Amino acid sequence: MKPSPFAYTAPSSLDEALAVLAEVGDDAKVLAGGQSLLPILSMRLAAPAHLVDINRISELAYVRVEDGGVRVGALARHVDVERSTEAHTVLPLLRQALQLVAHPVIRNRGTTVGSLAHADPSGEMTAVLALTGGSVEVVSSTGTRTVPAAEFFLGPLESAVAGGELAVSAHFPSFPERTGTAFVEVARRHGDYAMCGVAAAVTLDADGAVVSARAGYISVGPTPVLLDLTAAVSGASVTAADWAAAGELAQSQTEPEADIHATADYRRHLVGVLTARALAEAAGRAA
Amino acid sequence: MTTRLFGEPVLRVEDVKLVTGRGHYLDDLGHDALAAAFVRSPHAHARVLDIDVTGALDVDGLVAIYTYEDLVASGGAVADRLPLLIPHPALHAPRTGYPLARDEVNHVGEPVVMVVARDRYVAEDAAERIMVTYDFLPPVVGVAAARAADRCVHEDVPDNVAAHLKQEVGDVDAAMAAAPHTLELDLSIERSASMPMEGKGVLARWDAAEGSMRVYSSTQTSTSVRAAVAARLGLPLSKVHCIAPMVGGGFGVKIMHPWPEEVLVPWAARELDREVKWVEDRREHFVSSAHERGQLQTVQVGFDDEGRLLALDVRFWHDNGAYTPYGIIVPIITSTQLLGPYKPGAYRVEFWSLYTNTVIVTPYRGAGRPQACFAMERTMDAIAESLGIDRAEVRARNFITPAEMPYDHQLTFQDGRPLIYDSGDFPASLDKLKKLVGWEQTLAEVEAARAEGRRIGVGLACYVEGTGVGPYEGAHVVVESSGKVKVATGLTTQGQGHFTVFAQIAADELGVPLADVEVVTGDTRRFGYAVGTFASRAAVMSGNAVALASRKVRAKALRIAGDALEADPGDLEIVDGVVRVKGSPAASIPLATVAVLSNPLRYAFDEASKAATQFAVGDTSGPPVREDDEPGLEGTDYYSPVGATFANGMHAVVVETDPETAEIKVLRYCVVHDCGPLINPMIVEGQVHGGVAQGVGGALYERMEYDENGQLLNASFMDFLMPYASEIPHIEIDHLETRSPLNPLGIKGAGEAGVIPSAAVFASAIEDAEGFVITAMPISPSELFELRRRHVAGDIPSLRRAGSQRAGPDEVVAQDVVEAQTNQEKPT
Ligand SMILES: Cc1cc2nc3c(=O)[nH]c(=O)nc-3n(C[C@H](O)[C@H](O)[C@H](O)COP(=O)(O)OP(=O)(O)OC[C@H]3O[C@@H](n4cnc5c(N)ncnc54)[C@H](O)[C@@H]3O)c2cc1C
Repeated sequence: MKPSPFAYTAPSSLDEALAVLAEVGDDAKVLAGGQSLLPILSMRLAAPAHLVDINRISELAYVRVEDGGVRVGALARHVDVERSTEAHTVLPLLRQALQLVAHPVIRNRGTTVGSLAHADPSGEMTAVLALTGGSVEVVSSTGTRTVPAAEFFLGPLESAVAGGELAVSAHFPSFPERTGTAFVEVARRHGDYAMCGVAAAVTLDADGAVVSARAGYISVGPTPVLLDLTAAVSGASVTAADWAAAGELAQSQTEPEADIHATADYRRHLVGVLTARALAEAAGRAA
Repeated sequence: MTTRLFGEPVLRVEDVKLVTGRGHYLDDLGHDALAAAFVRSPHAHARVLDIDVTGALDVDGLVAIYTYEDLVASGGAVADRLPLLIPHPALHAPRTGYPLARDEVNHVGEPVVMVVARDRYVAEDAAERIMVTYDFLPPVVGVAAARAADRCVHEDVPDNVAAHLKQEVGDVDAAMAAAPHTLELDLSIERSASMPMEGKGVLARWDAAEGSMRVYSSTQTSTSVRAAVAARLGLPLSKVHCIAPMVGGGFGVKIMHPWPEEVLVPWAARELDREVKWVEDRREHFVSSAHERGQLQTVQVGFDDEGRLLALDVRFWHDNGAYTPYGIIVPIITSTQLLGPYKPGAYRVEFWSLYTNTVIVTPYRGAGRPQACFAMERTMDAIAESLGIDRAEVRARNFITPAEMPYDHQLTFQDGRPLIYDSGDFPASLDKLKKLVGWEQTLAEVEAARAEGRRIGVGLACYVEGTGVGPYEGAHVVVESSGKVKVATGLTTQGQGHFTVFAQIAADELGVPLADVEVVTGDTRRFGYAVGTFASRAAVMSGNAVALASRKVRAKALRIAGDALEADPGDLEIVDGVVRVKGSPAASIPLATVAVLSNPLRYAFDEASKAATQFAVGDTSGPPVREDDEPGLEGTDYYSPVGATFANGMHAVVVETDPETAEIKVLRYCVVHDCGPLINPMIVEGQVHGGVAQGVGGALYERMEYDENGQLLNASFMDFLMPYASEIPHIEIDHLETRSPLNPLGIKGAGEAGVIPSAAVFASAIEDAEGFVITAMPISPSELFELRRRHVAGDIPSLRRAGSQRAGPDEVVAQDVVEAQTNQEKPT
């Protein structure tokens, strides 16, 4: 379990990084927190010729409230986002989700943008990006593009970031007024990738009736799954809404698969249970 | 004597070093050594047709590539099959592998080619480029496939049966036929593994000038690794030494030896005349070390109206993996330790040990007992259930009583000796457990919670553990002229706290401060005769040997001091390192001076030694060293027991299962533990904590997930789920201290205790919470969810005691439990 040989560059500015990436292109991997990449290299599941370490590019280490949401730079660690009071104020879902990402030591090192670029459909932040309708800013030596969540996740461990590109930030828009959010999941052990996880956002009108109920799912498909479940609970009050019906609606729209930790049926069952729990919790916060 | 240290929760003397990074583990040694890596079989069963190394030859830093042919070419025993360590008459078809595959591989991970290079990175680069051509053979995976024997692992063992053993006491058929009630249970347990934090590792240093070999190995038995290396490399034993440095956990897997690497690394070091090191990585550990636990078991039991056992008929199928180098120790232990604290009536046990194309099976902490306890305790719960008797009460009715000790089961134990319990007070242990748990109150709380729609269950399980098996251990104790005491024992240490407890024993026996005692273990240069650390035997075996050797030293010290003080040795005592006349402490001589006097000298090398030189010693009437004496204040002694000493324990757990998600939460975990007098209660509790943690892993998280091709799908810590600290409950412990009559210190082993009853106790509690029978462990939320669905569908009937509010929709509450047990699908 030692990586294959690779060349290593540690640029200290974004421009420098982009120049290096332009040069080494497809044969390179960006090294952010390394929490996912290093095990992959050590198990020789990937053998890139170059590693471009972005840990010295301090201009990318930020968490900002901006454009009606939160913008997270590529070098912001999970812990920075989790602990940011400003971010929490405009978008509590970030902290709700991040507390379920791995363990504190991994959150100290792993980056939020890295977990999006890694595109593991079990990563909590993929569902958060999907549910908030966020986007990722991707830069190369030839230009910048803003990729919306719906186009960012292409498949398991496959994002829209191409060779020679760097994801420099992610933007998570905040929700309309009277919206509550929650993140609920079932994992085998504390901090594990979940067997099923649900990010939920419920918006009420001025009278306390549900106008929108949406959920983002992890570990139930090749990419995060986003569902609008409003139809099942529209117009109901928080206490009267049939959250279980929303859960059933979600079940009818997901096709989870089995792995060694959970049968497909168990996952589907969790989709129902956790949808109801997450929506109820989110609605409680909206009220 | 000063304050007695025996029984005190003395802080572990080794910990400062260990927790500040100054403990020297295998990989901390030999920084300049060449590194070895292995090409391992990617197939579970295949013939090796061709090995093409050409692609690797131009890797910069490559030093050597070895295949089986090179072992043959070098001559000698190195190319032989690895030894069958523990032969047994019932092991009629033993098979062991070669250090490097000869022409067939029998499990994924079997070593095929050895690469030696400048460092491990380069070695892996080269290994990756070696092309091995295989002819794929159909693999045998799992007990069911092995039993079916449509295919076989070893061509010349067509039924896949390595061993078949049957023991019977009494007439089981007659007793069963006469029993008013009978039940049948099918029970299964999955594979797990020791998973020490530090994997295996070997460092070999060949001294060509001396013709000597020094081997460092992360092993549980350095004396036996030494002997194996000497035999395989054709070296005299005196030219080989083996040292177990600090070892980061063993839990059984490192008692197996010699591992292929323990032969190959020293061999390569000699071939190359260079220091060579191999450090196992985690993936290697998963596929090329050892696993344990996988067993299918059937129990038929006959009992009377009170729930007393009349006949017990147990058959089980043990998956021993691809080879049997460690013999059939694990199933023998299951077959004998299954009886726990109970009198079984007539008892028959029969097992088949089966080959599969998977990693070998050797003892893992608990060693066959968790499976055994699962069988017996599931049976106890089933009897309680079928008669409607309290589960604790059924157990109490079947206990061997203290008056019946020593109790002879008339069976043969794993050490080849009769299974005789030396002591134990099971009723007292159960009383303590019931008190600790608040048994009646907990049962009431469980009922109350159920009424609120919560699913809470309580379970209990009892076990007896044969500990401290022979043949022997020894110790050497010397008081140096500084007054410091050096203790050496040959068995090895993997973090248990031996440096502390052996020092406590020596300090007590010699009357010296603890800080003056230093203990060395597992270094054949210091002590050459030993067996190893396994079977919860270190404290019993080496602890008593240290005590006996210290007593020899003490006697000698008193004799020499008596001469010096002109006093009767019987009137002397040693307090704080000073020998003095009881009642007149002014007449005294420091132990350090006694040590000087014990060694008559011609040459003085410091102030103290002047006292022992030839013109300083007064008496010239006899020889300086008396005829029946030896120089030096030292002693060696051995402890060799007639049989094992039997510790016991009882655990209870309270769990809550989520009615929706089927998650299983541990609310309380209680342990009553009896390992005789506690040398160091803190260390014993640490052992129990660690064991329970491994037990929680084995019951709720860990399994070896082999697919039908024999690929281990979860060969990493990402998917093989060992519990984190966050998964381990707070553990409440109480002790009983029943002395063993077998050894001078009266002690019993404690190392494996914590892990033994976990599968049983969790099954008992989850069953209680769910209201239907649990027959297979471990159990995950996904599996519990699937069981619930089968229960709802009527495939698994409800427990009787479940009562109406807990019954499934099938409402077959009244149906006989016999059917409940047998209706369940046979696990595969
Ligand atoms: C034990 C353990 C448990 C974990 N549990 C969870 C969990 O429960 N939930 C969860 O979401 N995650 C979990 N993780 C993963 C963790 O969140 C990682 O930190 C995260 O997935 C990747 O972030 P990183 O900064 O470490 O990325 P790295 O490991 O450095 O990189 C990951 C991949 O993304 C690419 N990449 C990274 N940053 C960029 C960028 N700016 N531009 C382009 N490409 C980039 C890399 O090239 C690489 O391919 C766990 C990790 C471990 C070790």
